[in-house]
Amino acid sequence: MKSNEIFERLIAEFPEDIISLNEDENSESFIYVNPRNIVEIMLFLRDENDLFFDYLSCLSGVDSKENLTVVYNLYSIQLKHRITIKADIPKENPSIATVEKVWLTADWHEREAWDLIGIKFEGHHNLIRILNPYDWEGHPLQKDYKTPEYYHGMRVPV
Amino acid sequence: MGFLDRLDKGLDPVGPDIMLGTVEDLLNWGRSKSDWYMHFGIACCAIEFMAVNAAHFDLMRFGAIPRASPRQADFIIISGTVTLKMAERIKRLYEQMAEPKYVFSMGSCANSGGPYWEHGYHVLKGVDRIIPVDVYVPGCPPRPEAFLEGMVQLQKKIRHQEIFRKREKMSPEDLKAIEDRKIEMEKQYQDYLADQKLKNQEIG
Amino acid sequence: MAERKDIEIDFGRIEAQRTRLNLGPQHPSTHGVLRLEVELDGEIVTEVVPHIGYLHRCFEKYAENKTYPQVIPYIDRLDYITSMSNEIPYVLGIEKMMGIKVSEKVEAIRTILAELNRIASHQIAVATFGMDAGAFTPFLFFFRDRESILDIFEKLSGARLLYNYIRIGGLMNDLYPSFKNDVLDVINVIRKTNAEVMDLLIDNKIFIERTINIGVLPADVAISFGCSGPVLRGSGVPFDLRRDEPYLNYDKFDFEVCVGKGEMGTLGDSYDRNIVRYHEMEESCRIIEQALKILPDASEDVRSAMPKKVAPKGEIYAKAENPKGELGFYIVGDGKNKPARIKSRSACFVNLSALPAISQGSMIADLILILGSVDIVLGEVDR
Ligand code: SF4
Repeated sequence: MKSNEIFERLIAEFPEDIISLNEDENSESFIYVNPRNIVEIMLFLRDENDLFFDYLSCLSGVDSKENLTVVYNLYSIQLKHRITIKADIPKENPSIATVEKVWLTADWHEREAWDLIGIKFEGHHNLIRILNPYDWEGHPLQKDYKTPEYYHGMRVPV
Repeated sequence: MGFLDRLDKGLDPVGPDIMLGTVEDLLNWGRSKSDWYMHFGIACCAIEFMAVNAAHFDLMRFGAIPRASPRQADFIIISGTVTLKMAERIKRLYEQMAEPKYVFSMGSCANSGGPYWEHGYHVLKGVDRIIPVDVYVPGCPPRPEAFLEGMVQLQKKIRHQEIFRKREKMSPEDLKAIEDRKIEMEKQYQDYLADQKLKNQEIG
Repeated sequence: MAERKDIEIDFGRIEAQRTRLNLGPQHPSTHGVLRLEVELDGEIVTEVVPHIGYLHRCFEKYAENKTYPQVIPYIDRLDYITSMSNEIPYVLGIEKMMGIKVSEKVEAIRTILAELNRIASHQIAVATFGMDAGAFTPFLFFFRDRESILDIFEKLSGARLLYNYIRIGGLMNDLYPSFKNDVLDVINVIRKTNAEVMDLLIDNKIFIERTINIGVLPADVAISFGCSGPVLRGSGVPFDLRRDEPYLNYDKFDFEVCVGKGEMGTLGDSYDRNIVRYHEMEESCRIIEQALKILPDASEDVRSAMPKKVAPKGEIYAKAENPKGELGFYIVGDGKNKPARIKSRSACFVNLSALPAISQGSMIADLILILGSVDIVLGEVDR
């Protein structure tokens, strides 16, 4: 299925939540959605027979100066098509519903996004740090992150 | 000079089976030819270390035998990037080793942070910030030959070490520091005993 | 007739004690610095909690602070056993973003190197898996042969482990004259050793008994966990990016996608994952042979398509079938010479997340084998 067909399907089902489709030859085609209904959209994408996105390739958080973005790269092993879904969330209150019930793999990906970017996934069963130590402060991949001077008495910068 | 080298040179041998030398020489010779190591493999350098250990480069001919426990090891090989999360574990393992102990830092990362020195917010810039290092082997990763050279250097270091009469050559400040440390440790031990007693009473 | 009575015996209180055991982060059989917190009921594993991050080297931070070509050495260090293959998805992604076409020859060379690296990686995987099961000899065999693959890489790039050889738009330098013969020699050696290892290890009754029916991962669970590579194929899902989303020139070659068949035990057990790796080595040899045939002999500049300035704009999710599974890079470029964001989706990270699900209820001794069959490299898990 082409990305514009997927977009048509989505906009017919969720007229209010689907924002736009970006298509570019040398770039990934992605659909902007409203973070409000993300779980329903994802369930729809997974369960419809002609969409059948059973495989969440990647879930990443991106800090673009104005707001944070969650990017879902979906793939269908059966039908061999792909699509990227994006949802913008504000920096002041970076929270979005978790999709760990939709794909089990989202569990660790979301923990990583929380750890590094600081996106809160509402409803996640165990949203704790995964890569950094549990008592680490701050989210290192945010643009305005400052490396701490000391951690447990060890000097961090050179 | 090693113990057996003297024999080769014919300096000291008096009879067919008598060899003169100090006890220190003998002990050091023995220690240097059988140093058991604990391998603390962390990252890419550990893979190179596996290659050193396997058939092609054969580390065991140096008398180095892997031990999985720090308590049986003479030296510890830190091979890879030391992160802050890991640093405390390394320190604890080092403290568990019995004296005399040596530290072998393999690769740029363990030496100084290596490629991760600049922006690595979670990387310790050199393992010598937490434990004292005896041998540094540079390279990213070091070639196995470089590692073997490091091994030779470590043996050299061990051979020339003084085991006896160390105290006599120390400066007064160092001696005082040692005495102070002793008193402090004694106090800590007494505190610990008192603590245990209290706890036992509570339980009892 | 005697009256029937319920007999009540007081056994006292038998308390099933659960033990929490800490495995790692420094443990000879966790394949690196992984820490597993295991809850045991006697010898049965009731819960596994992996704690990762002991090798978190801030790759994504580095990617934002280095120029595009400078990122490649850091990508080498993600999965340090398969450096050559790691570079491929990144380079392909950037090339696609910038619209660069590379020549036949470069593509063929990349394919050959990726497949050689796949063999080297699977050799380590099978060897260490054998070692987990208590077989030491295959380890020595495989490490001996791996040296000859590394020798080829060393002659090409100058490094034994981390190559920085595949560049955006080309390669670091051309092949050396006896490359073809070297590769053919290596393939012969590999086939010979594989046959030996088949007799020694894979067909060994003890090994089979030890590895079947443990760590069973059903296909639908594997897909939902996002598993890829031999872990997914071991569960019987014939999914391979080389065939399903062909990149480089894989579509020209005839090779089989190996899947687990459950011929010894249950479909998707540790044995299946291991046997998939074993058979993939042979398939890789076949691909290399075919690629060597189409490799143009003429000397041509492999650096000709390399751009002077790399500053792509746009975003892409580039992926490739690495030995461990699908390695993907989500690259966001904003027209500057440094990437705005690179997220690496690493196969090991995702595959490891399935470990708690598949190791519950197994014996503690089998847990090590299950972990070995997932084949992780902590550099890629923690990045
Ligand atoms: S020095 Fe280089 S090879 Fe060794 S651990 Fe660091 S990055 Fe890896």
